Amino acid sequence: MSTDKSADMNHWQSICKLDEIPAQGARVVKREGKTDIALFRTLDNRVFALDDHCPHKGGALSHGLVYGDTVACPLHNFKISLQTGQAQAPDEGHTPCHKVELRDDTVWLAVD
Amino acid sequence: MQKQRLVLIGNGMAGIRTLEEILKHDANRYDITVIGDEPWGNYNRIQLSPVLAGEQKLKDIILNDLDWYRDNGIRLIKGCAATRIDRERREVHTAAGEAIGYDKLLIATGSRPFMLPVPGSDLDGVIGFRDIKDTEKMIVAAALHRHAVVIGGGLLGLEAAHGLKLRGMDVTVIHLGDWLLNRQLDDTAGRLLEQSLAEQGLKFKLGARTQELVGENGHVAGVRLDTGEVIPADLVVMAVGIVPNADLASEAGLETAQGIVVDDRLATSDEHIYAVGECVNHRGVSYGLVAPLFEMAKVLGNQLGGCGKQRYTGTTTSTKLKVTGIDLFSAGEFMGGEGCDEIVLSDPAGGVYKRLIVRDNKLVGACLYGDTSDGAWYFQLLRQERDVADLRSALLFGPPRDLGDHGTSGASRAAALPDDAEICGCNGVTKGVLVKAIKEQGLFTVDDVKKHTKAGASCGSCTGLVEQVLMSTVGSSFQDAPKRKPMCGCTDHTHGEVREAIREQHLVTLADTMKALHWKTPDGCPSCRPALNYYLISTWPGEAKDDPQARLINERVHANVQKDSTFSVIPRMWGGVTSPAELRKIADVADKFNVKMVKVTGGQRLDLLGVKKEDLPQMWRELDMPCGMGYAKGLRTVKTCVGKQFCRFGTQDSTGMGIALEKAFDRMWAPHKVKLAVSGCPRNCAEAGIKDVGIIAVDSGWEIYVGGNGGIKTEVAEFFTKVKTEEEVLEYSGAVLQLYREEAYYLERTVHYMGRVGLDYIKSKVLDDATNRKALWARLQLALAGEPDPWQAQLGADAAARFTDLTV
Repeated sequence: MSTDKSADMNHWQSICKLDEIPAQGARVVKREGKTDIALFRTLDNRVFALDDHCPHKGGALSHGLVYGDTVACPLHNFKISLQTGQAQAPDEGHTPCHKVELRDDTVWLAVD
Repeated sequence: MQKQRLVLIGNGMAGIRTLEEILKHDANRYDITVIGDEPWGNYNRIQLSPVLAGEQKLKDIILNDLDWYRDNGIRLIKGCAATRIDRERREVHTAAGEAIGYDKLLIATGSRPFMLPVPGSDLDGVIGFRDIKDTEKMIVAAALHRHAVVIGGGLLGLEAAHGLKLRGMDVTVIHLGDWLLNRQLDDTAGRLLEQSLAEQGLKFKLGARTQELVGENGHVAGVRLDTGEVIPADLVVMAVGIVPNADLASEAGLETAQGIVVDDRLATSDEHIYAVGECVNHRGVSYGLVAPLFEMAKVLGNQLGGCGKQRYTGTTTSTKLKVTGIDLFSAGEFMGGEGCDEIVLSDPAGGVYKRLIVRDNKLVGACLYGDTSDGAWYFQLLRQERDVADLRSALLFGPPRDLGDHGTSGASRAAALPDDAEICGCNGVTKGVLVKAIKEQGLFTVDDVKKHTKAGASCGSCTGLVEQVLMSTVGSSFQDAPKRKPMCGCTDHTHGEVREAIREQHLVTLADTMKALHWKTPDGCPSCRPALNYYLISTWPGEAKDDPQARLINERVHANVQKDSTFSVIPRMWGGVTSPAELRKIADVADKFNVKMVKVTGGQRLDLLGVKKEDLPQMWRELDMPCGMGYAKGLRTVKTCVGKQFCRFGTQDSTGMGIALEKAFDRMWAPHKVKLAVSGCPRNCAEAGIKDVGIIAVDSGWEIYVGGNGGIKTEVAEFFTKVKTEEEVLEYSGAVLQLYREEAYYLERTVHYMGRVGLDYIKSKVLDDATNRKALWARLQLALAGEPDPWQAQLGADAAARFTDLTV
């Protein structure tokens, strides 16, 4: 993979097949020394990547229920947009997003 | 597709609310034009009384400023009346001479004050109380003149009189009725009201008929009654009723009858034209309060927004007077009459009077004066048409209460609370914050309040209190406790309708259900998806497939999520009994997986806390015990005492009975968590009195109690029946639980289900009808026969995606 990294400014890495993420579900990507990333798959097979961390009390968003392009935090039901990482009003807060792409049936993540 | 042209005549609360509802559903469906004859944006007409009283400023009551119209691409023609509707060409003509074409036309022209047809009613200084202009006239008159007469002792008249009095005028109210608010209050409450308003300095002429208005130089100078008496007046406010503004519609040939006649879809006699608000006549009724208007707006907005087929079936209204320091409330048939029972508390010296009207065991009317803190609760009982037989003896005293412990159907003394009192404990919202948000943001429903403030949005136990604060803040505009409440924002259907559709149309998947019922969202939300999943699997056991993605995390990974996102593992220990070997095994597993704490749960089981998600499957394997479902909306535990095997008081083998019950109901999903307990004697050491089903052994058999709850609000279970044998305990409690499983709404505890349908109903289904009881018990056994152990079912190869992480 090291050649891939040097060839691509964004350090795109292939992570898994789309099938390995449950539809309307999530999968966690562990990173050495950094926050885990949650990969989400929506009903219509779009993929999103956010820090696995709710801005409210740090709940694991990967445990949440995915609907439309929103995930509800399992701890206190904060609703976080998968597109922007923004919490839905009246809640406040933001979860960092990561670049993610579906190429054929493989999920690629831009890691820093 | 080209956008349709939607024209709204009338820039008031009903019309604009309808537009808001449409935009919520589909913001791009229409090119919208609004024609309003007032020169400003949409404002909160019901707050004009507080403006007159000096409690609010005009700028505070604007609901939608001009930016709102611009931001939503709506053309607003303000300060210009619509003069004619040309139905053939589908055009509306305005006073400015413009013709505006429409595909759909919405008439929301409201009403105007009824002016008594007496001589002098056209004099200067004689006005109604309807809009900002009237309010400004009154404010100016109060600054210049001394004498005011208000004709009409109804809500609006009294609010006008109160406001003018506060602005320093000498005010006399002339009222035809024998007591004030005779359409809202009975005579006793009316007299109490008169007394306290008189103490504030208002004067009254009751049973008085106005004969003419006397003028001087074209300006009003006095009011002559039919007794000949003349009351001096520099300002006369007519508040004797309203007339629907239906002229435009009737001139266009639409069917009118004291208002524009509309059907349950709010369509007029012309299929391109709809009407909402005070200008309509729906099923023979015209409304002059805001709650029904908003309900109409919701129905029509939903329909024009292209998503639903809601019907408007009329509104039960309640009233409250917006006069500071006066608490009164009335709703429904407060006068009673034939076939009605009246429950009355009268303490005139203490200024408290309550009258409740009950017919056929249902509350049909309420009239409260002096203490209105239970108004919301009564209103809810009334609109839900709930059977109140079981509440009757204590009905007058309101719901059982302690502050902060209200249950979702509860109420409180919110009005008396100080501003810093915490209303929502989950989100730390105080009464002051709530009241400010309600006033500033123009909130009218509990849902609005939840959305904007978070109050009531978490555990929901404060909903009753929130409702109370809302009600005491917005008065007669309060709009809630609907008879028909959709499951969530994704649908217009109620829980009951969805359950029925699943059964009748034999729906077995979430996708089919959403499609058949025209869901507004592609895959629901965290509130409807778990509910639908439950309805499917409980209605069609074995046939409907459980959808893990419609489960919240606990039920998806079969463990309890903790605040640090680790999990806790609770193995099943039948009846709370364990053995040294089992304890050793649990201890070994706890060691091996570095469990942070081992704790005995409230339900007498062992809880291993602090487990990483990826360790769950391996722990289950090593424990090799059944899943305790300590996380489940389903059977949790059956708590037991020692019973006759060891206890010197025990009359029966309660431990054995508990084990039998737990084994019989193991793996039972339910609308909410279900807890049982069995006590071996009436000392009741297993606390069976606060369980969903509690069994208490007595010498001659077993007593069964149902509907207890040790949760958010402690509820004592009701005695259900007494049986002789253990088999009967299983059959009777199984039948009750199956009835609950089949009929309760998702997240409705047994106590709330029983509150809704009544204990007598459950008795009729289980005690009086042996065939039905046996059928229920058989259906439960059938449903449970195919249920796998949740842990064992998770150990397959496909579990990997659920429990293991990826790495980069």
